[in-house]
Amino acid sequence: MNNNEEKQLKKVCIICAKGAIEDVYASLVLANGAVMEGMEAKLFFTFFGLDAITKKQMKKLHTATVGNPAMRMPGGLPFPTILGMLPGVEAGVSAMMKSQMDKLDIPPVDEFIDMIVAGGGEIYACKLAMDMFKLKKEDLLDDVSGVLTVGDFYAMCGGENTQIIFT
Amino acid sequence: MKEIEIAGVTVQVNEEGYMTDPSQWNADIAKEFAAQAGIELTDKHLEVLKFLREKHTEGKTLTIRAIGKSGIVDIKGFYALFPGGPLKVSSKIAGIPKPVSCV
Repeated sequence: MNNNEEKQLKKVCIICAKGAIEDVYASLVLANGAVMEGMEAKLFFTFFGLDAITKKQMKKLHTATVGNPAMRMPGGLPFPTILGMLPGVEAGVSAMMKSQMDKLDIPPVDEFIDMIVAGGGEIYACKLAMDMFKLKKEDLLDDVSGVLTVGDFYAMCGGENTQIIFT
Repeated sequence: MKEIEIAGVTVQVNEEGYMTDPSQWNADIAKEFAAQAGIELTDKHLEVLKFLREKHTEGKTLTIRAIGKSGIVDIKGFYALFPGGPLKVSSKIAGIPKPVSCV
């Protein structure tokens, strides 16, 4: 066998540690894309990423309008940071982003997670971060398969042609 | 692009084996492609294939979400019908181009 031969990816383990819309969606798109290709996908939510699987927070994800140099006005002009500080602006921008995604058939977070689980993907939460944020298993989506330590997570990431992705 | 012979007819496919001319498709071809993917077509499969072909004719981008909302099958059921990459596998059997969607 040729050692340089490219082997097909079989499993991805994706870590979502941030709770902004774009960070969460990056993880969800990667995980869903993997199950769509017939690959195994395991999603591990930690720190602020936990918002994405916390019932109370998951529908309220925002994108940062302050400290985000790639932020643009509709039309392409730079988005003044001072504008991003005004009350309601972040919510408005976030709502606009969500409506744009909906047009591309990108579902809301809860539905997206349902899709991933329906495709055989698995969702896990980080024990340490849950302790830190005083979250209980009941606060999380029912789709969450378990609360793990980092060691448990690594134990799941073994096997040939597996990649760990941190978003 | 190349030509292959399947179910007694010659059809055009791309490098990955997706048919490039959906009008050359017929039910026997579907059966043959399905068999290659290890799938025995049921009425449910055929309903999904019909839906995919209709959407393709309308020029819509096919997504797993849209199939889940089609009322024919839910997403879990879709994965069960076409294991190992349902949108790709079903598109190939339906004789339409490889889907370009990320969702």
